Amino acid sequence: MTPGVPRWLLAPAALGAAFVLLPLVAIVVRVPWGDFGELVTSEASREALLLSLRTSATSTVLCVLLGVPMAAVLARTSFPGRAVVRSLVLLPLVLPPVVGGLALLYTFGRRGLLGETLEVLGVQVAFSTAAVVLAQTFVALPFLVLSLEGSLRTAGERYELVAATLGARPTTVFRRVTLPLVLPGLLSGAVLAFARALGEFGATVTFAGSLEGVTRTMPTQIYLLRETDADGAVALSLLLVVVAVLVIGLATRGRAADRGLA
Amino acid sequence: MTRALLALVLLLPVGLVAGCGGDEDGTTLRVLAAASLAGPFEELAEEFERTHDGVEVELSSGGSTDLVAQVREGAPADVLATADTATMDVAVADGLTDGAPRTIATNVLQLAVPPGNPAGVTGLADLDGPADPSADVALVVCAPEVPCGAAAQRVARAAGVELSPVSEERSVSDVLGKVVSGEADAGLVYVTDVRAAGDAVEGIVLPEAAEAVNRYPVAALADSAEPDLAQEFLDLVLGDLGRQVLRDAGFGPPEPPS
Repeated sequence: MTPGVPRWLLAPAALGAAFVLLPLVAIVVRVPWGDFGELVTSEASREALLLSLRTSATSTVLCVLLGVPMAAVLARTSFPGRAVVRSLVLLPLVLPPVVGGLALLYTFGRRGLLGETLEVLGVQVAFSTAAVVLAQTFVALPFLVLSLEGSLRTAGERYELVAATLGARPTTVFRRVTLPLVLPGLLSGAVLAFARALGEFGATVTFAGSLEGVTRTMPTQIYLLRETDADGAVALSLLLVVVAVLVIGLATRGRAADRGLA
Repeated sequence: MTRALLALVLLLPVGLVAGCGGDEDGTTLRVLAAASLAGPFEELAEEFERTHDGVEVELSSGGSTDLVAQVREGAPADVLATADTATMDVAVADGLTDGAPRTIATNVLQLAVPPGNPAGVTGLADLDGPADPSADVALVVCAPEVPCGAAAQRVARAAGVELSPVSEERSVSDVLGKVVSGEADAGLVYVTDVRAAGDAVEGIVLPEAAEAVNRYPVAALADSAEPDLAQEFLDLVLGDLGRQVLRDAGFGPPEPPS
């Protein structure tokens, strides 16, 4: 028997849940079910969904490659200004996506900080699928770092200390002790990052552009479709919601399974 | 003490939000205008407030489709001005308007290029050709789904060229943004956008643009709470002053010489 919560918390909790769920219900109510299949399997929709899945997967890999070292450094080392660095790294969480897009533009754009260097190297980021991946990685990275850093702190350093005492080198400790300990946190962080990348819109529109099969992801396709085909936009929205719910479900199931084992 | 503080914190958002909606004793005329009309309409709204004591004009601008959708979902509004006849036709068909819409202005496309025209674009003929990722000229246009994109297609057909843009944006301002930032070498936008952007872009006149003239209709709305004021605002926009302000912004006259 759990202690439970004071009864007066229930009403605001229910209100909060309704606030989140009601808009989803509203979407489902508006879906033109008769043409649903046709609407979500049109050429443009398929292209957009495939592009979204492909770019989000790439962004997630990038997030893991960059985010795991970042989380490890933030959780396991101490250096002056660590708190400041931590807040700055998490900035994309609170930055309006359009601002993120502008920031990326001023960095990787043709006239940006790195633009000329990239052009000399023959890399053209503007209006390419790579620009979409950059935008998604930018907004999704903090989710992975935050989630993994939390796991690292919860796991503590006891096992790592023991391994080190027994003569394991730092790389061995990291690979054989730290990573396996926080693997569930890493997985759910990666799934969250994937979900965030899937929904990325503002930075993509500002930074990457919109062209079918190249830069037009699901959210941009929905945004554009609203102009001419409101029904199609609603149907695609629902499809995106379903994919997102599946992804989140996967993440929480992973967590639960982990707790069951522990 | 703590309890009082808690109550204050809980009630604060309610008070703040409620404060925004509260009408003073004056009357409010709500005008929805296409984004490209925002500048001239702001001027006309000020003039309307000056000549109508106690009336406040609340101007909100956005994409025409969004504006029509807002009216359809019940947003309070008195006057609607869209950037093309197609979106206004939707509003008329849905029974949202009161009286037949009237054309207030026209607009044509121009090629906007970054200052100095780094890619040396002279006209649509320079942009002809199939999709080529290593193309010298990065062209950005509106998607065919939006009015400026439909106009771009008509102009391209009239010029006999096949455009292969690197991006199809949802609005004219997105196209302009890509040109201003230098990401794109050229963008198809309206002459009024080039005018409004000032020194940020240069405009190249297109002889073919006359083939795709965009008409801006305005109408009073059926659910208006102030039908008389709405009519007076329409008179102002359609009158001499309205024409003058729109002309100064670069718009063409309502009935272009054919």
